[in-house]
Amino acid sequence: MSDAFQWLYSDIVKEHFTNPKNVFDPDEEFRTDAEGVVGNIKCGDQMMFLLRIEEDRIADVRWKTYGCASAIASTSMLSEVIKGMPLREAYGIKPADIARKLGGLPENKIHCSVLGDKALRAAIDSWLEKHGRTGEFKGEDAMEICHCLNITDKDIEQAVKDGARSWGQLQEATKIGTVCGGCKVKAEELLHEFAHIYGD
Amino acid sequence: MDNRFVYMDYNATTPLHPEVKKAMIADLEVYANASSMHESGRRARGRVEKSRKAVADLIGTRDPETIYFTSGGSESNNTVFAAMYEIGRKAGAGRRKIITTAIEHPCVLNSAIHLRDEGFPVVFIGVDSRGRIDLAALERELDPARSEGGPSLLVSVMAANNEIGTVEDIGRVAALARAAGAFFHTDATQAVGKMPVDVEAWDVDYLTMSCHKIYGPKGIGALYARNKAPLVPLIRGGHQEKGVRAGTYNNLGILGFGVAAEYARAELADYGRRVGGLRERLRAGIVGKVPQIRVNGHQREFLPNTLNVSFPGAEGEAILLSLDMEGIEVSTGSACASGSLEPSHVLMATGVGPELAHGSIRFSLGRGTTEEEVDYVLEKLPPIIARLRRMSTVAACVDVVGDNNEHSS
Repeated sequence: MSDAFQWLYSDIVKEHFTNPKNVFDPDEEFRTDAEGVVGNIKCGDQMMFLLRIEEDRIADVRWKTYGCASAIASTSMLSEVIKGMPLREAYGIKPADIARKLGGLPENKIHCSVLGDKALRAAIDSWLEKHGRTGEFKGEDAMEICHCLNITDKDIEQAVKDGARSWGQLQEATKIGTVCGGCKVKAEELLHEFAHIYGD
Repeated sequence: MDNRFVYMDYNATTPLHPEVKKAMIADLEVYANASSMHESGRRARGRVEKSRKAVADLIGTRDPETIYFTSGGSESNNTVFAAMYEIGRKAGAGRRKIITTAIEHPCVLNSAIHLRDEGFPVVFIGVDSRGRIDLAALERELDPARSEGGPSLLVSVMAANNEIGTVEDIGRVAALARAAGAFFHTDATQAVGKMPVDVEAWDVDYLTMSCHKIYGPKGIGALYARNKAPLVPLIRGGHQEKGVRAGTYNNLGILGFGVAAEYARAELADYGRRVGGLRERLRAGIVGKVPQIRVNGHQREFLPNTLNVSFPGAEGEAILLSLDMEGIEVSTGSACASGSLEPSHVLMATGVGPELAHGSIRFSLGRGTTEEEVDYVLEKLPPIIARLRRMSTVAACVDVVGDNNEHSS
């Protein structure tokens, strides 16, 4: 069985899927300093991060997810990586970093792993806001384009740098516009703009 | 128990029937071209014609000449749409409208979309919450006075749905199409071998079937076309299949198809009883052991082997892979497993909503399924759902528990 499983997912993915780390147990007491939720059931996954924050570090973390094996495994891996990490560093983690740590994800599964870091950033942002430090780690003027999935112009820029050239490829890379689709016009403008800058 | 292997994906494909396998092995070295005039060729051709007869018998036609061998269901469906294209594209063609449904297999949906791109009026009829097509909408669309697109050329409605198992009222749909002067085609890929299929009682012009769904080999299928129903070749070449489908006869595939058809016919009644009983055992077990689920599909008119269940709060691909690790093989309507961003078009067409579509699992049983296997699934499934729901952000909040316990016959 494990041999057959391997071609779909790495052993690390399998391990994090079957024995996910830091999952929130509804019966446990977990002091939560910050909470972030992103995603939407309509597109098949939703992610929640709960953080305990001490001296600008992530002292402990819990999460929940409605999602596929890739989503579960990448959230689990992300939660392990950020434990003890300074907030600023955790804020900068990208889905590609997590996918690499998981020993890679199948091409068509990358988009399933993009929600974890967003939920994490949402949690950190909410904590900063609560402490009068709103937007402290945000890149210079990152602008939210897709409000359903909190995808910014920076995310679109990164996707284009990584090769996205069409709306479909941008969706594959970021899941942008897969919920209400209201951002499509604005996102396509940016796509063309960045494609012009980074295009071949 | 650890190395258990339970295959419950028979709607995807089936293993060879032991008798099919035996016959194919015995004929593995029959290499003669079935179009050759010499003795070996004639003998090979004899086998082809014997299979044609067996396939004709399976779908209730006395005329084997109405059976055209193809490479499978997709080719058969494409052949019908290609014929419609040839008729409808001619200048002055009065009938061009194509009516099909929202729950067809992608090879029908995409064939219809292709005709729409070529300028044909194409309509996709919706279904109710149990997957039955909207007959009032069909009647309206067939009536040029009450709908757009002019008189209809073709109505194509699947006999039974591959995902949710709902069986359509094909006899009635065919009669409506005929009364409106349209050709009628049914994709019976999932119906054949699982329920009685009778092209004469149904009164259809075209019927699609596939061999690997009935315990035969892959790469072979057939199209039934009523005498005088128009056909044009998708593959041009020699005179095989009356010039409708060129290419050297696939002796071994056709032989396997014939044997599979004979056994499917002989075992049909027993199959319905036995597999239907196992499906009911599985359904009742899941309903009893897993809270807050929905049994999808029709409650009376369904394939005896197909059970589609939504587990809100848990995601389908995660369920599938968890079952896979226990040696249980099923399929899901989740977007994550499809490679697209959309969940099952069939479940979405029934209006259950994305949560139920993403969390759906199809168990499709078959000849090889045993009571022990069903019980093994019933042992492994509940903790998997409980585990995924426990780590889920989405609370399972569905009141509808499918009470799908009546049998169609």
